[in-house]
Amino acid sequence: MKKLITATIAAVVLSSAAYADTIKVGVVGPFSGPFALQGKNFKAGIDAYFALNGNTVGDDTIEVIYRDVPQADPAQSKALAQELVVKEGVQYLAGFYFTPDAMAATPILEQGNVPMVVMNAATSAIVTKSPYVVRTSFTTWQTSTPIAKVAKDAGVNKVISIVSDYGPGVDAENAFKAAFEKEGGEVVEAIRMPLSTNDFSPIMQRVKDSGAEAVFAFLPSGPTTLGFVKAFNQNGLKDGGIKLFAPGDLTQESDLPALGDSALGMQTTFHYAVSHDSPENTAFVEAARKAIGNPAELSFPAVGAFDGMYVITKMIEATGGEQDAAKAVDAVKGLSWTSPRGPVTIDPESRHITQNIYLREVTKAEDGSYFNKEIQTFENQGDPGLAAAK
Amino acid sequence: MQTVFSIAVDALAYGMVLFVISIGLSVTMGLMRVVNLAHGAFAMIGGYIASYAARDLGVGYAAAVLLAVVGTVLIAIPIERFLYRRIYGAPELTQVLMTIGITFCVIGIANFVFGPTLKTIPLPETLQGSVDLGFRSIATHRIFAIACGLVVAGGLWFLIERTAFGIKIRASVDNASMAAALGVRTEIVYAVSFAVAIGLAAFGGVVGAELLPVEPYYALRYMVTFLVVVSVGGAGSILGALLACLLLGAIDTTGRYLAPEYGEFFFYLAVIIIVILFPRGLAGRFK
Repeated sequence: MKKLITATIAAVVLSSAAYADTIKVGVVGPFSGPFALQGKNFKAGIDAYFALNGNTVGDDTIEVIYRDVPQADPAQSKALAQELVVKEGVQYLAGFYFTPDAMAATPILEQGNVPMVVMNAATSAIVTKSPYVVRTSFTTWQTSTPIAKVAKDAGVNKVISIVSDYGPGVDAENAFKAAFEKEGGEVVEAIRMPLSTNDFSPIMQRVKDSGAEAVFAFLPSGPTTLGFVKAFNQNGLKDGGIKLFAPGDLTQESDLPALGDSALGMQTTFHYAVSHDSPENTAFVEAARKAIGNPAELSFPAVGAFDGMYVITKMIEATGGEQDAAKAVDAVKGLSWTSPRGPVTIDPESRHITQNIYLREVTKAEDGSYFNKEIQTFENQGDPGLAAAK
Repeated sequence: MQTVFSIAVDALAYGMVLFVISIGLSVTMGLMRVVNLAHGAFAMIGGYIASYAARDLGVGYAAAVLLAVVGTVLIAIPIERFLYRRIYGAPELTQVLMTIGITFCVIGIANFVFGPTLKTIPLPETLQGSVDLGFRSIATHRIFAIACGLVVAGGLWFLIERTAFGIKIRASVDNASMAAALGVRTEIVYAVSFAVAIGLAAFGGVVGAELLPVEPYYALRYMVTFLVVVSVGGAGSILGALLACLLLGAIDTTGRYLAPEYGEFFFYLAVIIIVILFPRGLAGRFK
């Protein structure tokens, strides 16, 4: 009898030792409220990754735990990140749609021995806040810089810059100004308008009075974009030959059905278009659309999340499932792979993703839907924002 | 000079859109004494119905507007019977809590049914494009919005000041029990005024959709603006609301043209000054 019990205990102990670990990944993002669509895209990207590659690394299984921060709220973000690390015992933190949310959680990383993979937040400085931050999205500087060259090549010398008055808007204004002046152009006026602006006619009148040949604009994606582009057309600026340049936030895929004809022909630069033509992207889009439910809702945060999961699996591979943030981050420095958006590398210095930035034009497809058609590629763009900040 | 004209035209258009949406709230708050924070939610429902009718069912713009108004009123009838009727005459706090609750419910339902993306209401050919005014061009639908505002203002004024029903409304507002004693069926008067207010909200939601696009958070996003119009104009006054809209539209537009970096500073500064000078709103002074 005693032998039997011992044998059973031994069997239990042995088998549990042979059982693989479950590695928890905590994802913080906006899953409810006005920005729920972006959180939904995070989830779709992660689900697509598991659908294509499985959720196991070696013997270990990845488990994702989601936490909701409906809008930029650093205190709540920090509290949730801490809860994930302390109570849930996550080995990796990921997600983060808004810059302040990511910034607020960085002090936890070193104490908790946890790497952070930023899947969206786009301010350059985040990666400097902790050596354990890796970013797989983009920065506003990165996507706003190439459009200056596009503007100059189109024969434009005088540009008026119009941005929403908040962090990323100011980043976009500075990035464009720096790049455009380097090209030899001139920013004749820089307007910062409040985030809550909904009537853009007076702004358009100012554009007319300024004598600029083109507008550089940055607004967060969503309702205001529609009002802005419509005001631009209806006040006769488009017909008056004034060009509109912007980073791709303005023509996010989920806004295109609403923008419709008014955005047709608009040129933007961005790191990812759902229409990107590659086998990797075809597979990704199919899986992500299935995960998100409504195909029209898929847009850029999904690809940041997809690549974020790839980076996390590489970290798990390198550490063998052990909790070792320094080793995990070191393992992905300089990592290169083919993402759905094209060839990418994690820059070993900044731990930010180096990627192609594409010039796209809003085009009508044969079935009457609208998409961002890639027409020019700026290869291997790093983040000019960090250099500018120094 | 040209700039002044130009700003004036923009201000007029913006003010009129504000007026069409807010006047319904002014009616509920002034005539029925209900602080209806769910007003924007009803405007949003109107916008969603019009968008669904025009885009998915393919009906014309006029039919879509009509459907939106009728549909929103139909949705509002049970809400009035079962929820609003309990808060007539209740303290403001009760009214605020219940109507904001309704707002959140509507936001949740809209998000669930229509999704978080923007919805547009396709305009007919005649309202698309822009009209050349000589010194500048203006979008045709804005002229349409200005016209709608004038028609609504005139129609409401006629209804309240010049018809037998208007007399009953005013009587019920001044002294409900005395009006009832004299044979006015106040509950019907209230129900009809509520329906008119909701219909106007839906109409405003559709006409103003080019400026304030329809999405689930519409109901909260513009709530403060609508409330400001009513408090500056004086609740229940058509002329007051019209004046408030034109004045606030002018200040907001001028501020945005001349100094956009100050944000809505001038708008709220004007609101503070007006409310200090006329605590009962612009039209309250005439009483």
